[in-house]
Amino acid sequence: MFDLIGIPPQALFGQLLLGLINGAFYAMLSLGLAVIFGLLNVINFTHGAQYMLGAFGAWALLSYAGLGYWWALIVTPFAVGAVGMVLERLFLRRLYNIDHLYGLLLTFGIATILEGVFRQRFGSSGLPYPIPDSLSGGHNLGFMFLPNYRAWVVVASLGVCLGTWFLIERTRLGSYLRAATENPKLVQAFGINVPRMILLTYGFGVGLAGLAGVMAAPIYQVSPLMGSNLIVVVFAVVVIGGMGSILGSILTGFGLGIVEGFTKVFYPEASNTVIFVIMAIVLLIKPAGLFGQTR
Amino acid sequence: MNAKTLKLLAVAALGFGLTFAPQAARAQISGNVVKLGVLTDQSGLYADNTGPGSVRAAKMAVDDFGGRVLGKPIEVLSADHQNQADVGAGIARRWIDEEGVDTIVDVPTSSVALAVQGITREKNRVFLMSGPATSDLTGKACSPLGIHWTYDTYALAHGTGGALVKQGGDTWFFLTADYAFGLALERDTAEAVKAAGGKVLGAVRHPLNTSDFSSFLLQAQASKAKVIGLANAGGDSINSIKQAAEFGIVAGGQKLAGLLVQLSDVHAVGLKTAQGLTVTSAYYWDMNDGTRAFAKRFMAFPESKGIPPSFVHAGVYTEVMHYLKAIQAAGTDEATAVVKKMREIPINDFMVKNGSIRIDGRVMRDMYLLQVKSPDESKYPFDYFKILATIPRDEAFRPMKDGGCPLVK
Repeated sequence: MFDLIGIPPQALFGQLLLGLINGAFYAMLSLGLAVIFGLLNVINFTHGAQYMLGAFGAWALLSYAGLGYWWALIVTPFAVGAVGMVLERLFLRRLYNIDHLYGLLLTFGIATILEGVFRQRFGSSGLPYPIPDSLSGGHNLGFMFLPNYRAWVVVASLGVCLGTWFLIERTRLGSYLRAATENPKLVQAFGINVPRMILLTYGFGVGLAGLAGVMAAPIYQVSPLMGSNLIVVVFAVVVIGGMGSILGSILTGFGLGIVEGFTKVFYPEASNTVIFVIMAIVLLIKPAGLFGQTR
Repeated sequence: MNAKTLKLLAVAALGFGLTFAPQAARAQISGNVVKLGVLTDQSGLYADNTGPGSVRAAKMAVDDFGGRVLGKPIEVLSADHQNQADVGAGIARRWIDEEGVDTIVDVPTSSVALAVQGITREKNRVFLMSGPATSDLTGKACSPLGIHWTYDTYALAHGTGGALVKQGGDTWFFLTADYAFGLALERDTAEAVKAAGGKVLGAVRHPLNTSDFSSFLLQAQASKAKVIGLANAGGDSINSIKQAAEFGIVAGGQKLAGLLVQLSDVHAVGLKTAQGLTVTSAYYWDMNDGTRAFAKRFMAFPESKGIPPSFVHAGVYTEVMHYLKAIQAAGTDEATAVVKKMREIPINDFMVKNGSIRIDGRVMRDMYLLQVKSPDESKYPFDYFKILATIPRDEAFRPMKDGGCPLVK
């Protein structure tokens, strides 16, 4: 069967595995976006810049404090999340009662400012960040050479994604959050501090972006442009998965990574655009997204 | 004659005078100012090799020349073409039509350069190209006023390609940026490889500004080619090299050919990963006292970001200098007269001795084969390259008759 397609099965499996790894990144990033949009109704265009902040945070931790990758994994998401919370407190809070579009404009503007400042300071080529020694090297799986670090990325992403899904869909904290989004006044009447929940949720979503940034630093160049390259694809993933659905964005992230992997084998020139073609088709057939519900 | 007739005559005389006075001025400097428009990628993947550094290099040349030519001031404008041909063409058109720009300078990204060349050819303006690579700019897309100053895909292909085939790398697989530059570089390198007795096993085309090369590198690995040619530049090259190391490509015995890799790219990748890469270049900051002096001055400016100039930056400086000298000698900034003088005056600067400009616009200069040092061999900051060989200019660039330029009879 594979011979009909003209690609030996080994090459295909290799590409699928790589697609899965890319999908892991998409999933983790779109998860943060889906959490923020699904629960807060904020279209967070700053997500790409916050991902970039995570990567730069890891680099800064190594260059100025000598703290390596594992420290960065723990410290940087909190730092980036804190920055996000400041953003929410100062700016986003004022926009909840008006059209979504203003939130989009604001976050887009902040993303542009952040990227411009970093580009001014660091240039566009980016900075090197080494793969941690414990994860360097790889294994020859027969059909391809799999770097250990990439295997770690898939495993860690899956863990983070499933953990977040569980937190939001299956725990009491998650249920308070979901209730607070549906009917904030009523939930507040029950004595739950809704503004603080929203603040922490935004911080959590942004922290996820920062975490993705730290994980990306060793393999993609730590560059001010890294966020803007990825953010449009991630938005497409969230839209296809359904803007409010956590599970949707996780499954779609991994799925689209695989689809992109396939495209790279058969028609690599289109690998940038295939996700948007799918988005167009999905929006025509099911505007709320594959797993979304119309609000 | 009564008062009315006198007034009429006076107005007519004034009118006549005004019509012809600008004519007299045009014989000197158009608009009483020489305007240079530096059009580059200010914010994207090529911004470190060109970008604000090119604008600064142009300004340095203007300042070193004295800030004035033939008694008139020189002005440097700049803009960001964002690597898009329509944006670049729009800016070039507006500059020439509305702002009186006399020369367009730099324009990296071959697709944009081809578009701008069309405009400068149509509107009779000089085009000083330092950034773009495609050898088509002196081939089928040549212009009588277009000067391809610093390097081109043919020089890169034959320099690096030829050297690697001689070392035993006789099978190649290409990783190509899917637009004018990458395709031209792949085409020229494939020809160079075949001419040297090698074989091309295949190629994969990736979109410009890709961050993940893993699947393309996997295909390159599967081809079992001895050399993987990176027909891309800037951020694309950096990511390709980094990820090739991650996937054990070099450790597995395949060589990487960084066909367009510059110093800031090596700086971004790090010596540990980039060591051993062979590249072809027109300028390296540490070659001689002249190159070092220029680098030192360039690095004092914030646009350098503390990194030595690339060969594109050095090219912008030297081409603006030569252009201004030519204006001085020609007594006018009219495009055809200036380019004629540029061809008559031999090019002498810290990059080349007795350089010349061919009819197709190609500047003839020696090129250099460099190799990235290992971390141990590097003794001081930015001590990144050792000079393997000088490629004489007649070998480095394509023979004029082979280019297909309509200006070559």
